[in-house]
Amino acid sequence: MALLEVRDLRVSFDTPDGAVRAVRGLSFDVEAGQTLAVVGESGSGKSVATQTITGLTRGAQVSGTAFFDGTDLISADQATLRRLRGAQIGMIFQDPLSSLHPHYRIGWQIVEMIRAHDREISKQAARRRAAELLTLVGIPRAAERIDDYPHQFSGGMRQRVMIAMAMALDPALLIADEPTTALDVTVQAQVLNVMRRLQDQFGTAIILITHDLGVVAEMADEVVVMYAGSAMERAPRRDIFYRNHHPYTQGLLASLPARSSERLTPIPGSPPSLISLPPGCPFATRCPHVFDKCRAEAPPLIDVGGDPRHQSACWLPHDLSEAIAS
Amino acid sequence: MNEVLLKVEDVRKEFPTHSREVVRAVDGVSLEVRKGETLGLVGETGCGKSTLARCMAHLYDVTSGSVWFDGAEISSLSRRAMRPVRREVQVIFQDPYGSLNPRRRVGSIIGDPFAIHGIASGAQRKKKVQELMELVGLNPEHYNRFPAEFSGGQRQRIGVARALALRPKLVICDEPVSALDVSIQAQIINLLADLQREFDLTYVFISHDLSVVRHVSDRIAVMYLGKIVELAPTSELFGQTRHPYTRALLSALPVADPDTADSREQIILGGDIPAATNPPAGCRFHTRCPKARADCAAGEPPLVAVLDDADNHRTACIHPLTLGEDLSTAVPDLKAS
Repeated sequence: MALLEVRDLRVSFDTPDGAVRAVRGLSFDVEAGQTLAVVGESGSGKSVATQTITGLTRGAQVSGTAFFDGTDLISADQATLRRLRGAQIGMIFQDPLSSLHPHYRIGWQIVEMIRAHDREISKQAARRRAAELLTLVGIPRAAERIDDYPHQFSGGMRQRVMIAMAMALDPALLIADEPTTALDVTVQAQVLNVMRRLQDQFGTAIILITHDLGVVAEMADEVVVMYAGSAMERAPRRDIFYRNHHPYTQGLLASLPARSSERLTPIPGSPPSLISLPPGCPFATRCPHVFDKCRAEAPPLIDVGGDPRHQSACWLPHDLSEAIAS
Repeated sequence: MNEVLLKVEDVRKEFPTHSREVVRAVDGVSLEVRKGETLGLVGETGCGKSTLARCMAHLYDVTSGSVWFDGAEISSLSRRAMRPVRREVQVIFQDPYGSLNPRRRVGSIIGDPFAIHGIASGAQRKKKVQELMELVGLNPEHYNRFPAEFSGGQRQRIGVARALALRPKLVICDEPVSALDVSIQAQIINLLADLQREFDLTYVFISHDLSVVRHVSDRIAVMYLGKIVELAPTSELFGQTRHPYTRALLSALPVADPDTADSREQIILGGDIPAATNPPAGCRFHTRCPKARADCAAGEPPLVAVLDDADNHRTACIHPLTLGEDLSTAVPDLKAS
């Protein structure tokens, strides 16, 4: 059994314009010790999905299940979720400054977090643990910097503090929502390196939410490609890049700036509104291979042959290259 | 291609801070932009690339040094005297949300340049604006809509249309695609390329994203802490990288290709970028450079052709990388021998 099993997750928000169906029937597994990358563009539902799993989407209409270690996170009460969050499931977000309280020293914040989940531990021991954690994520002179305020750290260092806090109780799962998007590329490399090292050391499973296919190629074991609230394709990392099936996955990869100055191949148009989605495949309006069935009926995730973990939500035949050639 | 359109000579731009320190955002930069080319400016947060771009367009007064456009100095011109130059030099900004007034209709936003320069009015202006909208791939019938009714990519098209209204010679693109999703980003990059071909435009293209800069640029200047550390034709910069910072930047860029990602040796730089109020002495990169030596801290290295490089490839480093040199195993040694 996987560490986390999400089945048919649906999330919608009521707005004056109508219900926004942010996540529409998403299923995926996260195996212990592995990294699952959830990739998609703005509005694809990748962040909403993971926030819902951890009980952070207030006021949304939610259905589906998300079993984590035997507990359904979707139907669990707030007390259970609060116990799991932090202790079993660590979280880091894009903007570390808004996740750290500006008013308190970072050491104090980590100690608070440790003591909230472990009432037995003494203040001194928790403080020692906080310093260890800061060293672990590569903050120089951790014993001195433990009494600094968040604003005294750079963006990359703040994100390390967030990782230290998320890892404080040795969680089985770390949810990282665009953890390096706000960082410069050399700092991003440092932070990704820290995440990789901690995963090796502690066997933490990671859900990595990102829009950056480069980060996916560097970090993922498996990948879910999301579009308009649902999974378009799901596969091990190499299959997503080298043996992909879904036209949206292909469109994303073709849009990337190439090494040469050849003309890029963008995906035409823009994503559909999540309030009034057309029937059928959500990508149909932008898909170069669209046919009648696509507009009428939304394809489920279908095995495409090859790796048993590789599935694509597309009506095209499995061997796409053959189909296009004919 | 070799005719110089814009020349920046030893430009410095300082900003005072509250604590009476001075941020030296751009600290002695010289470069030339040639007619018809795309010059990429790349670097991390705080390296001064956007400040330099604003100095180029004389949106900022330079602290010292000079900027020349089409043979005339523009950096000391008054606002009034700058007006005719404004028609020739336009800027496209990053944020397609913040740079458009939400209460004004798109047609009137794009028509602003005509109004300001008193070029066309009434029905004639509307016709010109609609031509522009068509040119950048917007529906001309959306003339009366507000910015909020457009997606991010469409808003950036509005920004492009406004910049091109007066048929400028030079367009400074400051992170024009950084706020856009990758599929939309590609649309805008292609649009900029088409317009360059059609109107013989010269671009200065600023981005923190090396893969975008590599794609669009003929030449690239890499900046670090207010200075250019390497300036070279794009293929040279990537194929024959001389400056250790350039190499580290290239190596840190995640590549969307698992084989490459698994096989390459990444160079992970230590520490953070030092504060621009108090940059390190000597080479500014020496505090983080994997192959720094004692003499790196001694004097500021000039931006010159190094080793056997041609004059169009300049590097500010006294220990430049040789071809095939492995930086991932280098160890700094700052003790004087």
